[in-house]
Amino acid sequence: MAEITKGILGRKVGMTQIFDDKSRVVPVTVIQVENCRVSGVRTQEKDGYTAIQMSFGDVKEKSLSKPEVGHLKTAGVPLARHLMELRLKDVSGFTVGQEIKADIFAKGEHADVVGVSKGKGFAGVMKRHNFHGKSASHGTQRKHRSPGSIGACATPSRVFKGLKMAGHMGHERVTMLNLEVVESDASKDLLLIRGAVPGPNGGLVLVRSTNRGS
Amino acid sequence: MLRPVLREDLPDFRPGDTVKVHVRVVEGTRERIQIFQGIVIRRQGSGVRETFTVRKVSFSVGVERTFPVNSPILASIDIVTRGDVRRAKLYYLRSRVGRAAKVKEKRF
Repeated sequence: MAEITKGILGRKVGMTQIFDDKSRVVPVTVIQVENCRVSGVRTQEKDGYTAIQMSFGDVKEKSLSKPEVGHLKTAGVPLARHLMELRLKDVSGFTVGQEIKADIFAKGEHADVVGVSKGKGFAGVMKRHNFHGKSASHGTQRKHRSPGSIGACATPSRVFKGLKMAGHMGHERVTMLNLEVVESDASKDLLLIRGAVPGPNGGLVLVRSTNRGS
Repeated sequence: MLRPVLREDLPDFRPGDTVKVHVRVVEGTRERIQIFQGIVIRRQGSGVRETFTVRKVSFSVGVERTFPVNSPILASIDIVTRGDVRRAKLYYLRSRVGRAAKVKEKRF
């Protein structure tokens, strides 16, 4: 498996479609990666592991805590709403304060996209686990979307752990693996990724090189 | 913010119009232009996603083709006649044959 070697933080703008060189329609998600900077580098000697810390997102000074402001000022990067660490085997190509541009990904490369999925609230089993529910007719009363039986009777006289039930759905970290980078434009700070990526429009996403196949 | 990809070189056409659509067809390495002539029965969507559907009857079989308005495969569009129709989607033409499937021409 290949290593994860690089990453960039961005904001999901939304989806659209473009025409490729064979005039086929390609569905793409637009990611704006403006002003993503390296705000820290973790090294084996100093920290016991290797990673880069990236900062992203405009913010007012008053909405950050003083330690956050101090950390970003020492690193010499603009104030940022989001900080994220990405563990890499090799951090030699990154220096504190450096701006990461969209052109670290080339057109046609494959990448993973990490985001926080849209929250669905407290969802029933049909929406959450794709259960079928009950019949709409044939005498069903007030049970059309219910899960049905959740176990046997006196043996085992309990409900098994991990049984699929209703509950909170969405708003969790989701990673989409091996998506194609359809275009990367460093002058406009945009990345176009084929297909959908997790999260609402305006949400924070991490685009990193993939460790899947070649 | 996105790159402008909308085509502005095509003529204005509406449902009911009879059009000749010049389509770029790639055969191996050669590219040629194929003409698809018929009645526009719908225009749908907006922006880059807009599409239109052209219906023709070929050897007594109805053929419908849907094109994205902004697709680069469209070399050009010629308007043959302007139709005089009262609705935006001309699906009723599908159930009609012969003279009944004709669309009145617009009088100016």
